Amino acid sequence: MTFINQLANPTRFMALSGGLLPWIAGLSGILFIVGFYGAFFSAPADYQQGETIRIMYIHVPAAWLAMFFYSLMTVSAIGALVWRHPLAEVAQKAAAPIGASFALICLLTGALWGRPMWGTYWVWDARLTSMLVLLLIYLAIMALWRTIDEPTQAGRAVSILTLVGFINIPIIKFSVDWWNTLHQPASVFRMDGPSIHPTMLWPLLVCAVAFSLFAVALHLVAMRTEIMRRRIRTLTILAADRAEQPGAQAGMMARGPAE
Amino acid sequence: MTALGPHAFFIIGSYLATFAVIAALTIWIIADNRARKRELARLDHRQHGADGP
Repeated sequence: MTFINQLANPTRFMALSGGLLPWIAGLSGILFIVGFYGAFFSAPADYQQGETIRIMYIHVPAAWLAMFFYSLMTVSAIGALVWRHPLAEVAQKAAAPIGASFALICLLTGALWGRPMWGTYWVWDARLTSMLVLLLIYLAIMALWRTIDEPTQAGRAVSILTLVGFINIPIIKFSVDWWNTLHQPASVFRMDGPSIHPTMLWPLLVCAVAFSLFAVALHLVAMRTEIMRRRIRTLTILAADRAEQPGAQAGMMARGPAE
Repeated sequence: MTALGPHAFFIIGSYLATFAVIAALTIWIIADNRARKRELARLDHRQHGADGP
């Protein structure tokens, strides 16, 4: 908690994130090479799905990250509403486009996987529909940020919408258990352990870590940009106030001491 | 890796779509960051100019 409080200082955050960014991006690049090597040259084709299983190495990390970034936004929303943590709103705003992009990747790759396996690009299945709803919530949140000019007011409205929208996350996760769906059930995060063979599991996990680190790097850059945007807003307001002051003083002097 | 078989279009299409989305997101985030950096430098410069002698 002390570390998080220390990060609340934007100057300290800028210094720390600036130092970490090249390392995170570099590590992500190395893991992408290892993960994709494993996905294409080490992992075998699936006995049922054949070579299309290669899509799993991007589809599954994208789905995890789409849900992870929404969960991160929910925690940030609580931080912004309850503790008014200065960086919570910044983290929340920066996460939305990244989460939306991964939700879009998940839907696109899912459609391209579904066509050869199910015979259709799209079906109004519970898992697919709830993921589409997640993308729409992300887009609504991004639109709401742009609708309200004042960042604190926008942050409060977005936080409430984010908290309400979180109900969709467990629906996505458990949709394959609650309803009879075309989508396969969970095969990695299960009570009785992963059902994927280790030769396919390790490239999947390496790809997931690579995508996650890359997404974290993008999130840090987006947070730094948002901090700068808020500083620019403050400086612009101060400059406008300063520009108004001499005029007001000149006006008072022109009216003279009669009043 | 052997040949991607009869579904190569869907596999390659998935990777290309992912690359396109990630590339667009990265370019947008970096371009926004650079634009704000320039704007902030300009404002700082103007403010220091106003504070000066």
